[in-house]
Amino acid sequence: MARSNKPILWLPFAAGGLVSALIIPVLIAITGVLLPLGLIHLPYAKLVATVHNPIVKVIFFGVIAFSAWHAAHRMRTAAHDLGLGGGIFVKTICYGSAILVIFAATIALLLL
Amino acid sequence: MSDTVLLSITRYDPEKHSKPVFQSYTVPYHEDWVVLDALNYIKDNLDGTLTFRWSCHMAVCGSCGMMINGEPKLLCNAFLRDYQDKTIKVEPLDGFPIERDLVVVIDSFMGKLASVKPYLIAKEERALSEGEYLQTPAQLAVFKPYTQCINCLLCYAACPQTKLNEDFIGPAALALAHRYNLDTRDGGKNARAETVTSNEGIWECTFVGACSKVCPKHVDPAAAIQQTKISASVDWFKSLLQGSRS
Amino acid sequence: MSRRPYIREMRRSWWLRRRRTLFYMMRELTSFFIGLYSALLALGLVQLARGPQAWDSFIALITSRGGVIFQLLCFAFALFHSVTWFAVTPKAVPVSAPAKAVIGAHYAVWAVISVVILLLAGRFVDGSIQ
Repeated sequence: MARSNKPILWLPFAAGGLVSALIIPVLIAITGVLLPLGLIHLPYAKLVATVHNPIVKVIFFGVIAFSAWHAAHRMRTAAHDLGLGGGIFVKTICYGSAILVIFAATIALLLL
Repeated sequence: MSDTVLLSITRYDPEKHSKPVFQSYTVPYHEDWVVLDALNYIKDNLDGTLTFRWSCHMAVCGSCGMMINGEPKLLCNAFLRDYQDKTIKVEPLDGFPIERDLVVVIDSFMGKLASVKPYLIAKEERALSEGEYLQTPAQLAVFKPYTQCINCLLCYAACPQTKLNEDFIGPAALALAHRYNLDTRDGGKNARAETVTSNEGIWECTFVGACSKVCPKHVDPAAAIQQTKISASVDWFKSLLQGSRS
Repeated sequence: MSRRPYIREMRRSWWLRRRRTLFYMMRELTSFFIGLYSALLALGLVQLARGPQAWDSFIALITSRGGVIFQLLCFAFALFHSVTWFAVTPKAVPVSAPAKAVIGAHYAVWAVISVVILLLAGRFVDGSIQ
């Protein structure tokens, strides 16, 4: 038995749990309810201008990255619970998906 | 409310059975009886071969943990009156090999318990002349709940992770490690960390929370483990920053 | 008398068999939808970066019937995640902290953050930032 390096996976998972609990619901309310109902508009030019702000970029990155990581880690353990094993295949799919999402968001935010 | 109760109880005699079977018994209903009383009635009057562990009959010794209608409970804490007109199914504690009838093999737990060093490890050498440790009621209150464990193993039966990974140290052992880590007299956190913060320790826990729900002494092992995850992560981060792994 | 301890195998359907474990699995599943929605957000940023036409197609996607149904599903699971996450936060703090206050504080912060974000988004209501 040796001390585990799990904290490197667990800390962002825990942060992501809190971040997603606090912020994701209202975002879905905006994009999934208010926007389709026409109560909010998200015009291209204004959004680009807003995202140009580095603080906004950091916030978007934080919300997406921590939420994606939270999902990845939790789905990995759920796969283990469901008897799908905890091997390299499961880990690659779970953490790999999160890394792809984070990578895409990062590139987009750097370009914006 | 009828005046008898039907119990369906696991029987297993390795010399007679290839696998466990159920046997039914009808016992008289008494308002104040617990399932343990029913089992003792069976042993005394109906079937002397029924084998089960018990001792104090008051939820302090931890001997009589069973699965009662699928729920981990102490035989002495499960009242007949709460199972009105239902058949009471009594099975051995989940997650442990069945030795005989309702008796399970708990050797694995004994090893796990010892591995977390569940005793005070002094911070430094202390001469007798220095006198006793002083501890305030507030300092005691911090770890008191975690001292209440009676090793009944209901938490192990409730926890799916102990069954998905047999090496998982488990709720009771980790709660006891936490009890000592929180004790102001103790300096053994590092000594315990090798086991507690290993992959078979706190990190196998996925916070199902069933352990705390079934605990008859309200120890709250789930809380102990979550708090340990946080402190272990902080320690891990600190050691990373210091550039040394201790 | 020879010993032959009997080992009971755990079924793959273990989590379906009791309400408590079914609840646990549903709780864990909430993170799947959190993950899917975070991917949707990332897609939105990518489309935003690609230009006005790409952005319009993203808006069309999330306002489509399928897009809305998907998001409402995410919304339900996200709310379930928030409620269950806040409910267990007292376990992570020392025994002395009052559980109701810890949970209440989380709900209060949730309400404040949500209102702030709604107000910020509201500045986009009629296509102009006020």
